[in-house]
Amino acid sequence: MSTNSSTVAGGTEFSLQRSSPRYGERAIKVLLVACAALSVATTIGIIWALFVPAFQFFQTVPITDFLFGTQWSPLFADPEFGVLPLVSGTLVITGIACLVALPVGLLTAMYLSEYAADKTRRVLKPILEILAGIPTVIFGFFALEFVTQVLLQNIWPNTEVFNALSAGLVMGVMIIPTIASLSEDAMSAVPRGLREGAYALGSSKRQVTLKVVVPAALSGIVAAFVLGVSRAIGETMIVAVAAGLQPNLSLNVFEGMQTMTSFIAAAGSGDQPTGSIGYQTIFAVGALLFVMTLLMNLFSIRMVRKYREVYE
Amino acid sequence: MTTNEDATVGAQFGRAAASEKVDEAVMELRNVHVFYGDYEAVREVNMPIASREITAFIGPSGCGKTTLLRSFNRMNDLIPGARVAGEVLYHGVDIYSSDVDPIEVRRRIGMVFQKPNPFPKSIYDNIAYGPRVLGEKKANLDEIVERSLVRAALWEEVKDKLDTSGMALSGGQQQRLCIARCIAVNPDVILMDEPCASLDPIATAKIEDLMHELAAEYTIVIVTHNMQQAARVSDRTAFFTADVDAKGVRHGRLVEFGPTQDIFMSPKDSRTEGYISGRFG
Ligand SMILES: Nc1ncnc2c1ncn2[C@@H]1O[C@H](COP(=O)(O)OP(=O)(O)O)[C@@H](O)[C@H]1O
Ligand SMILES: [Mg+2]
Repeated sequence: MSTNSSTVAGGTEFSLQRSSPRYGERAIKVLLVACAALSVATTIGIIWALFVPAFQFFQTVPITDFLFGTQWSPLFADPEFGVLPLVSGTLVITGIACLVALPVGLLTAMYLSEYAADKTRRVLKPILEILAGIPTVIFGFFALEFVTQVLLQNIWPNTEVFNALSAGLVMGVMIIPTIASLSEDAMSAVPRGLREGAYALGSSKRQVTLKVVVPAALSGIVAAFVLGVSRAIGETMIVAVAAGLQPNLSLNVFEGMQTMTSFIAAAGSGDQPTGSIGYQTIFAVGALLFVMTLLMNLFSIRMVRKYREVYE
Repeated sequence: MTTNEDATVGAQFGRAAASEKVDEAVMELRNVHVFYGDYEAVREVNMPIASREITAFIGPSGCGKTTLLRSFNRMNDLIPGARVAGEVLYHGVDIYSSDVDPIEVRRRIGMVFQKPNPFPKSIYDNIAYGPRVLGEKKANLDEIVERSLVRAALWEEVKDKLDTSGMALSGGQQQRLCIARCIAVNPDVILMDEPCASLDPIATAKIEDLMHELAAEYTIVIVTHNMQQAARVSDRTAFFTADVDAKGVRHGRLVEFGPTQDIFMSPKDSRTEGYISGRFG
């Protein structure tokens, strides 16, 4: 009898040690850890690749000149490195997109989750999700050819061919499906019992939706907003095609504007010798974009922590 | 009868014997049938609900007690395909007639559910929700919240933490919070669907005490699985069972309705007797 086996009263021998080593178990674990590590490693790699040239850039150009300067012509013979025109272009266009997409997306989600019949929802939701998969370059040409030339220029003849408004509007349309679909998921996940409790107190459907379902789903809805807005900020093709490539520190949405992403795309497709200041500029702008998106994410996480309602 | 004697072992009645006939009915069911699509879950129920009394619904699982209870305040409207035939009269008005607004019905006929369902809001906001929906002035809310919690016997336990989440309370406290939330809108009738099903005996006893208090002011209808509970808390009892029709489909049906002590001590129907003695065994 080995030290680890015992005999029960009836005389049968038993052991609590495992009978054979579980290699499969270990292999699965290694595989899962490797997959998780891959995305972490990629993120670290991207940050490294982004921030090293950006750091070199700031050895040449003082960071205050970069952040607060109002002239942007980094690739000219007499370069100016004030990034504000790009930042403002990005914020203006993203802002227009949000004005369109946040209310429309949330209302769509409210309709789908609370008002639409089951059948309607089963038809509409997949259509929305297909919309989310349209390549953005198609949205870009839709903005340029249709929204600008057929709509805007007929309503406001002064609208430039490349303008922030059409890019922003179409970008808003582009992110509606993301926001609506994810918000709807969050709202549908709110337990039925909460709705019934509210109805039993004599609430109307509107009150149940606004006072019970939306607050209970808030963290999911904010996550949907953040994902949508992140997509808008990072969107390149629509702005490159429809808003033009002219840096423009202005709030006039009928004028063309360059965004941070469309600068990166344009400068990156020209040939900037590795290590040149033009090359480093791309990474400096990229790093700023990264930081802005990160700050937005952190901010919204805090907001959600503060206001969310946790159900079980 | 021996079975009868067996049946009453352990039956402790908590309320004075009710009169044989209902003198003042708040609600009256006339030939009520409830359907889910084509399926007739409840068949032909006729009964009054006596004012300021506690009426208990008992019967085996799946015999349509919840279904019937939810037809009292039109909660079935929220289930696609659910339909009620017959008349559900509330003070003489059929709540299913076309000019009746279900929202108005639910303001007068409140409901407490089987699983406590406090909103994921603060204790205060849970109670204030209903009055706010009714357009109550902000200045009155503090008082309503306190009064409702006092009446639901929860005030002493929560008065120092009104701004913590209702979800953070224990199951029994959550259920009393839901009762407080219900009485904050001052309903006429309170429907309770197995309110103690998920609670321990101590929490259950608290809720039962509370029901006795509330019966002075409200009309209560309670569904319960627990025979002893029906005996302890109710004035009248309705016993339901499910009949199997020629096609093998089960339909819920009211077998016997009367003062609780009669139903438990001298049931007229052998099915009632069998169920009660089986449950008290
Ligand atoms: N939403 C629903 N849709 C279809 N059938 C239902 C629904 N709810 C309950 N039923 C059916 O109706 C019958 C009565 O159920 P229920 O009222 O929950 O019984 P009880 O509360 O007495 O246990 C059961 O056969 C049940 O399967
Ligand atoms: Mg039930």
